Amino acid sequence: MTRYVLGRIAQAVIVLWAAYTLTFAILFLLPSDPMELQLAAAGVQPDSLSAEQVAAIKHQFGLDQSIWAQYWHHLSGVVRGDFGTSLTQQVPVSDLLSQRIGQTLLLSVSAAVVSLVAGSALAYLATFARWNPLRVLLTRLPALGASFPQFFVALFAIQFFSFQLGWFPATGTQGFASLIMPVLTISVLTSSVLAQVLIKSFDETLSQAYITTARAKGLSRSAVHLRHALRNAALPALTILGVIVGLTVTSSIVTETVFTRDGVGKLAQEAVLAQDVPVVLAVVTVAATIFVLVNLVVDLLYPLLDPRISHTRGRPSGRPVAVVEGATL
Amino acid sequence: MTAAIAEAIETERPLPVEQSGGRRAALRAGLDQLARKPVFLIAVLYVVFVLVSAFWPTLFTAHGPYDTNPGSAALAPSPDHLFGTDIYGRDLWTRVLYGSPLTIKATLIALSIAVVAGLALGIVSGFFGGLTDSLLMRFVDVLLAIPGLLLALSIVTALGYGTVAVAVAVGVGIVPGFARTTRAEVLKVKTLPYVEAARAGGASWTRVLLRHILPNSWGPVAVLAVLDAGVAIIAIASLSFLGFGAAPPAAEWGTLIADGRNYLITSWWLSLLPGLFVALLVLSLNHISKTLQELTR
Amino acid sequence: MTLVDIRGLDVGYVRHRTIQPAVSGLDLTVAQGEVVAIVGESGSGKTTTASALIGLLPANGRITAGSAKVDGVETAGARERTLRGLRGSVVGLIPQDPMVGLNPTQRVGAQIAEAVRLRGIAGPAAAAEALSFLEQAGVSEPDLRAQQYPHELSGGLRQRVLIAIALAGRPKLIIADEPTSALDVTVQKRILDHLGGLVRDQGISLLIITHDLAVAAERADRVVVMRHGRKVEEGDPQALLNTPRQPYTRQLVAASPRLEPRFRTATPQTPAPILTLTEVSKTFAVNDRRRGRRGFNALDKVSVEVPRGQTHALVGESGCGKTTTLRIALGLETATSGSVVLDGTGISGLSWNRLRPLRRKAQLVHQDPFATLDPKFTVRQSVTEPLVSFRVGDRRTREARARELLDQVALPASYLDRLPRELSGGQRQRVAIARALALEPELIMLDEPVSALDVLVQEQILTLLAELQQALGLSYLFVSHDLSVVARISHTVSVLSEGRVVEQGPVAEVFTQPQSPYTKELINAIPGRSLDAA
Repeated sequence: MTRYVLGRIAQAVIVLWAAYTLTFAILFLLPSDPMELQLAAAGVQPDSLSAEQVAAIKHQFGLDQSIWAQYWHHLSGVVRGDFGTSLTQQVPVSDLLSQRIGQTLLLSVSAAVVSLVAGSALAYLATFARWNPLRVLLTRLPALGASFPQFFVALFAIQFFSFQLGWFPATGTQGFASLIMPVLTISVLTSSVLAQVLIKSFDETLSQAYITTARAKGLSRSAVHLRHALRNAALPALTILGVIVGLTVTSSIVTETVFTRDGVGKLAQEAVLAQDVPVVLAVVTVAATIFVLVNLVVDLLYPLLDPRISHTRGRPSGRPVAVVEGATL
Repeated sequence: MTAAIAEAIETERPLPVEQSGGRRAALRAGLDQLARKPVFLIAVLYVVFVLVSAFWPTLFTAHGPYDTNPGSAALAPSPDHLFGTDIYGRDLWTRVLYGSPLTIKATLIALSIAVVAGLALGIVSGFFGGLTDSLLMRFVDVLLAIPGLLLALSIVTALGYGTVAVAVAVGVGIVPGFARTTRAEVLKVKTLPYVEAARAGGASWTRVLLRHILPNSWGPVAVLAVLDAGVAIIAIASLSFLGFGAAPPAAEWGTLIADGRNYLITSWWLSLLPGLFVALLVLSLNHISKTLQELTR
Repeated sequence: MTLVDIRGLDVGYVRHRTIQPAVSGLDLTVAQGEVVAIVGESGSGKTTTASALIGLLPANGRITAGSAKVDGVETAGARERTLRGLRGSVVGLIPQDPMVGLNPTQRVGAQIAEAVRLRGIAGPAAAAEALSFLEQAGVSEPDLRAQQYPHELSGGLRQRVLIAIALAGRPKLIIADEPTSALDVTVQKRILDHLGGLVRDQGISLLIITHDLAVAAERADRVVVMRHGRKVEEGDPQALLNTPRQPYTRQLVAASPRLEPRFRTATPQTPAPILTLTEVSKTFAVNDRRRGRRGFNALDKVSVEVPRGQTHALVGESGCGKTTTLRIALGLETATSGSVVLDGTGISGLSWNRLRPLRRKAQLVHQDPFATLDPKFTVRQSVTEPLVSFRVGDRRTREARARELLDQVALPASYLDRLPRELSGGQRQRVAIARALALEPELIMLDEPVSALDVLVQEQILTLLAELQQALGLSYLFVSHDLSVVARISHTVSVLSEGRVVEQGPVAEVFTQPQSPYTKELINAIPGRSLDAA
């Protein structure tokens, strides 16, 4: 038991470290001249500088060191919560993050909760609706929701709910009303993804022989569904919780940009536009941490919910990625 | 004997002796089945239309993409201007069609990267197994730990903007999921009795891989590829919407939609109609993928 | 008093907007306390009949005509509410496969108590009653078992739990749908004996659905034979077996090898062996984190000889190591110790390339006809694949050989272009045999080649195998769990249990005068034994 928990935690830490390293490698090794890139980001013309100035700037950003030294410098900083200094805004990245992460967490968590509720409800209705046309309609709905680009959903919402109906403010970070449309925009995608996985899982569960056994006992429809189908169908869907939460985080990039909200997502968009490498690295690290943490929690909870999986062996790693694939990125 | 076998016997329908059957007949039966699905046909027609109009836009529009006409600025959609006109009086429908090749090119690049790298990773991992498999799959796990769009953004940050950079970034983002699906299929097929029978019949591993494992793993992988085309289109449009795509005046779909955003309150069609154009394409691809999946099951 | 009264029942399945009939014009009655068996091959409509009775037809199933009354209640066209009233309390069901019949995330006690609670018994009383049903179903330590999850129980125990669930509603009729075909014969016999005793003691009617005429004849008061959705013949088991009136029933009786054991007599002096396994052991490493890596002995010093031109059978229940033995003999698996000699050449420890020429001497026919052929290969490609692998002949000679092979397994040459899914199970198995024959091997390893097939098809394939042996002088290593099939085809036999050979010798000797207690138990468990004695 303890061994299982410690093993999972160690695994999560290793994955996180590897993800950080990979992102570092992409950001620091791919561009032809990091110096030029970073100077451009800082809004300085390299030609206008003297050799000493260049050297001074290089020293300031640590670029005169070897790539390993830089890597070590950054990594040890991250462990201490120090993500370096933003190239464009000249303030510590951790300050930027801490100012803005509250907004994004509020948005992501609300969206995750809404999608869990809406996705499960949709899947449940789509599976158990008695009237056939309704069932077909509900089963098709998630594919529709996953097909619309998020920026389109967001713009449509602004046009319709803000400009036509005047219900909610089109942009801004102030108050509860400004949160509703961004949350709904994200939820359209994430609840569709969840519903697709759940509907498939329900379908498979209902064709199992033990459902026939339960029905043969004389149980009512709802008792069969609630006592026998629900738990068995929800278990595999639990494994994509990490994907769902990760999706709400990445969705904040487009959503916050369209709705002009000052969160980490918009920070990321601006940082990429300005090629502000330390900020991008920090945002990716934070998102990966959230994803890995959620997956860790699921891994630790899973054996408690599924008696077939013991704490000594862990759950099978066959996450239903293929189904989710249709809407990620 | 397992229940699955018993069930299979229950549902089998051998062809009567007088019918010849064979591969051509199977193909014909499959096409027959598809032809009877109207929604599927509409989806295919729409995708074909988008492809044709991308390369021969003059077939579908008389305007030029850069023809400004201050007199007809910001006109609402009409038979003359299907998608209306922008604030410089340019015909939006034309601009969307002329924007297609850029996005399609980016999608094809992204998809090629995903298919080649994903297939290679998946086949090597599933086929060789053991340590190779563990290492490659841990690598894929790490890729999956970075949410796809953020991985793409990092690559764009490093490579700079432009259609190709965006395409590469999106392609890399799709690789891990593709690799996993391929690996799972290869693993599944690898243990089937007919592979063992081929081995017992003296076939080399190369032959088994090329003649048995690949053809039989290909179905689900191809279905995923169609689905991923939709994913790639959304991702590419999103990245160019965020401002990382081709430089103006060239206009990818995402850029067009982003430009129209500023005039949403007065000229809603500038953003929403190109958005709908993209959404319908993705929806069609999703539907095609889903229908094929049902057919191959 | 009649409990079940079916008159002119038609049931069909909706496929592509047309109704394909599964049962037509069926008349059937079951009296109170009577045991009736429906026997039929796959597609005969026997399971459909049972599902219709308990109102559990699949979503596309329709009762199109006739009536099916259970305990006076009409089920044809009945509303869900009416049917639910019947399920459990009037009709109990024991489903086919115990391995998947129980909810994996619920303790078995709770699953039984759920059925008890439907009778209006609440709380602890329901749990207590659940225990008593477990006990009735023949489960020892019921209070311990009730706390376990299905995956912690063996197949036999799970089947008993399912019986307890069926009993828990106190039904008047129990439908047992192929109740034990997924279980080993010895377990099967114990469970069927127990179930038979229970229903007779409690006066419950029993409807057994089975493909096995012997099982039906041995346990039922009345046997109904079905084919293509229609009733062929009905009557007292002894009369049906001894004087079948319909040609189909006659065929069935003749094809049930268990009813008339016919042994192939081994020639007085056994010919020299073509394959010899000497003291072969195999240890699998099992990853168990609690106890660390440890060995699991799949085979323990197994020695087997296959005489040239004859059939040697490996018999045993699942997990006894018979398939592992076969795979080692074929070089698909390596033995931990011991030697394998094929036609004078030792193959243990040979690399794949060194082993390759020997493949021409020994070939394999797999158990599952639905997975043994590549779905993308035509029959021609499948049959000629070994020739291509070994670069035998050119296009034209291969084509000629393919036709010759199909002819040998009695398939028309027009089948060369077919895909596997256009063939029936028996036809696929013929193609698999043709493929095994392609390289003119001397030895064919048959891994349960007929156990997935209907009894009549089984008979045909066994006859084909015997003819081929005669004509081509083949030797067979035949792996099976089914003693009656083994008795029918083999000359010599090894009985395996838990990785050891417990008995070996000519089949007539081993089966008529078994020495080891395990073999005796296996033989006693063959359905239909009591009938022969009668």
